[in-house]
Amino acid sequence: MKSSLRARYPWPVFLIRRLGRFVVSLAVVVTASFAMVHALPGDPVRGALGLMASPETIAATRERLGLNDPLWRQYLDYLWNLLHLDLGTSLDTQTPVREKMAQLVPATLQLGLTAFVVCLAVAIPVGLLLGIATRDGRGRGLHFGFGGVTGLALSVPDYLVSVGLVFVFAVSLNALPVAGLSGPASFVLPVTALVVGPAAYLARIVRAETQRVLGEDYIRAARAKRLPARLIYLRHALPNTLTPTLTVSGMILASMVAGTVLVENVFAWPGVGAELVHSVLAKDYPVVQAVALFFGAGILLINLAVDIAIAVIDPRSTIKES
Amino acid sequence: MSWSRTRHHLSSPLGVVTVALLLLLVATAVVAPLLLGDRATEIAGGALQAGPSAAHPFGTDALGRDVLTRTLVATRLSLVLALLVVGIGVACGLIIGTVPVVLGRRAGRAVVAVLNLMVAFPGLLLALFLAMIFGVGARGAVLSMAIAFAPSFARLTHTTASGVANADYVSAARLLRVPRWRILIRHVIPNISEPLVINATSQVGAALLSISALSYIGFGVQPPQYDWGRMLADGLPAIYTNPAAALAPSIMIVVAGLAFVLAGELLTQVLGGSQHGHLRLPSLRSQRRDMAPAETPPPGEEVLRIERLTVTVPGETAPFSPVVDVSMRLRRGEIVGLVGESGSGKSLTAMAVAQLTSYPNVAEADVHQIKGNELRRMRPRDRERLLGTSLAMVFQDPMSSLNPTLKVGRQLAEVAETHERLGRRDAWRRAVDRLSAVLITDPQARAKQYPMAFSGGMRQRASIAMGLMAQPALIVADEPTTALDVTVQKEVLGLLRRISRESDAAVLMISHDIAVVAENASRVLVMYAGRVVEELPVSGLAEAAHPYTRALIASIPDMSTDRSRPLANIPGRPPHASDLPPGCAFAPRCGRADDRCRQARPELADSGGGGAVACWHPLLPVLESEA
Ligand code: SF4
Repeated sequence: MKSSLRARYPWPVFLIRRLGRFVVSLAVVVTASFAMVHALPGDPVRGALGLMASPETIAATRERLGLNDPLWRQYLDYLWNLLHLDLGTSLDTQTPVREKMAQLVPATLQLGLTAFVVCLAVAIPVGLLLGIATRDGRGRGLHFGFGGVTGLALSVPDYLVSVGLVFVFAVSLNALPVAGLSGPASFVLPVTALVVGPAAYLARIVRAETQRVLGEDYIRAARAKRLPARLIYLRHALPNTLTPTLTVSGMILASMVAGTVLVENVFAWPGVGAELVHSVLAKDYPVVQAVALFFGAGILLINLAVDIAIAVIDPRSTIKES
Repeated sequence: MSWSRTRHHLSSPLGVVTVALLLLLVATAVVAPLLLGDRATEIAGGALQAGPSAAHPFGTDALGRDVLTRTLVATRLSLVLALLVVGIGVACGLIIGTVPVVLGRRAGRAVVAVLNLMVAFPGLLLALFLAMIFGVGARGAVLSMAIAFAPSFARLTHTTASGVANADYVSAARLLRVPRWRILIRHVIPNISEPLVINATSQVGAALLSISALSYIGFGVQPPQYDWGRMLADGLPAIYTNPAAALAPSIMIVVAGLAFVLAGELLTQVLGGSQHGHLRLPSLRSQRRDMAPAETPPPGEEVLRIERLTVTVPGETAPFSPVVDVSMRLRRGEIVGLVGESGSGKSLTAMAVAQLTSYPNVAEADVHQIKGNELRRMRPRDRERLLGTSLAMVFQDPMSSLNPTLKVGRQLAEVAETHERLGRRDAWRRAVDRLSAVLITDPQARAKQYPMAFSGGMRQRASIAMGLMAQPALIVADEPTTALDVTVQKEVLGLLRRISRESDAAVLMISHDIAVVAENASRVLVMYAGRVVEELPVSGLAEAAHPYTRALIASIPDMSTDRSRPLANIPGRPPHASDLPPGCAFAPRCGRADDRCRQARPELADSGGGGAVACWHPLLPVLESEA
């Protein structure tokens, strides 16, 4: 019965299942962000306000935050407030967290998305061209060169790439801004720092996939049709490399999200990542919660988007899986 | 894992570099704090944050301490923290990952679901939030990082363990009611230790990078203790005055991280045993005898003429030629069969005829003409156009020779678009027309479908239709029916015959099955060990002169036998092309072989009756001897 339903409506069944998984995962993330505060050792309010705060202030803050309510009550309040996009008040600056996030999120999104687009724009053509140049074991020198360069790029983490970039471009050449968000030039270094490793990884995957696809029978058939090289590679080979490329792109985007935290710190980028470090150190837990939700939901959304995109491009996998 | 192989890997460049790096790191970690510990905290009298000088090669830090000394001393703490992270992470991962094996299905599924969710989040990100709970400082950082690493170890453990858990011997142990934990310790753990060790080793590198990152942003090691990350945090603000203070720890982090990643790779090679031999590549042998004079063929009659085709492929010691001196001529409307066992070189011949020999293989021929045009004298563009319009290929496996991501109609239409400059619409219309010509019902709708929706027989007909998009003069069909079931085979062969008759195209039909060829072709070439050993009209098959051809025919007593099996009544196997005997290649399997056969190779010579044979002792025609 169930399988016949799947066979007849592969798409709705797939979407419902996948969205269901997204909702459950999101619920886990929300609950975890709630639980985080209660896992803190000692009194979170005292931690945040410091030892100098008077018992009255602490009691008042506890009351205001509802920390004296029973746990289930707090959880329901938390959910209720979230539904109304009420993220609470920063313990550090006493400003609403929502306002804070509204300033930080765009800066991080700009940085992350630019980096992602640059990464795809660099890695996919490079991987494709190298896959073509090294097909069937051609170009051994190129093969080892590419392996070495990407291996090196993969072994230097983004924050150290940042340090290197700052040293070369800002200190030695005095060419590019190193701190803050101030026009297009300020994007160059942080975006480069975020892109190097992921682009190397993606280029490797695309190259391996291109080599695999170029060995397939349908490429031989396309050659037998004497199509020009352009059509063989772009029309016949490239679409067949997309599914694994997309999967890896999703992973890359997620790791870039983490990368922004460090890179924003090196370049004093006014984004969510820099704020996270600050608020963890200040024990400003409402802000940390909001950041956790932002990153958590962001990564879940990325995974959802990738899965749906794969299903659209490669319907076979959807039908098989769901 | 043998010691000699281990030594072989260790003495490779990768092995030497890795081992040297690791030894250097460990030695520094052990020795530096003992020897230099005091000097590292000593506040030198000189300038603060000074640039490199003779006394301080990497300058001094904000308190005037020597950066080089501190970088060396920090090796110990940095490595110890990374090892702790991986140690704790692996322990947690092992426990969580084996839970499903111990607890059984239901609980296992829940654990796996949670793991999958956690693995979706980058470890560093998890660690940042966990640091809030565990507090800043070295201990908090190690715990957060270890917990962040645990899910990926757990998943690795689980995937490997469930593979092992399904193995026969574990099922057997289950049947014997061996307790689950005993199965775990006796069977599962030993089997998963190898991938886990490899993974853990390279993860030490990742842990080092991450824990340094935590220290760098102030979550990790707190002063007065210092690791590389902490030094980076202290040095970075002063990068304009003394860049070395930030660069020295950065370089150490990268080098140390790399050392462990390389170690992981080395372990994979040692334990997994990757072997990659080098192949000798063939090169174009330009010392080829001069071209045979290109006699002008009767115009429009001869579709294919190829003389002395040789295909050379790379070998372990030297290149060798699985196809040697194959010549053939095909006239319009003629169906010629090319028969041989697998490995006889018939498919390589087919590819070379279509000029599809793929790197690193090399095909050479003295003459290679299509419709009277010598291919090697044509400009590449003209040659591609000629081949694209007058030569069609049909491949063995219709399931894989159509592109799964393109609509069938598109794959047909592009031929006409490319070679005849047809517009999209006209090309599509012709594609639909050709699909109907190969008897695909409802071609309008079918053209819009992806190959996935086609059955095997339909796909093969669609690839034949693809060849019909232009006006093929030659169709090269490489085992066109081998992958199809019997009824569909008949259909496809009938279609090829009909096309040949109606469009006057020649068909080169490659098959391992002499019966298929006998039913469809008018002439047969028999290949053995890369050479044509006999050529004869199908009508003369029963009187074949070559012992091998006779054996092939004898192997099909009637139509019901399974002909896909190797030749049951010829003992032995065909020789490998890289290791041919000096005389006749068939001699080891031939009943008529004598010393002459074993010493000298017979050349193809006229056998009378319109055929040719390469044999010292050809069989006499049955009619002559028996009548
Ligand atoms: S040459 Fe000799 S060994 Fe070869 S097929 Fe003829 S009889 Fe047999």
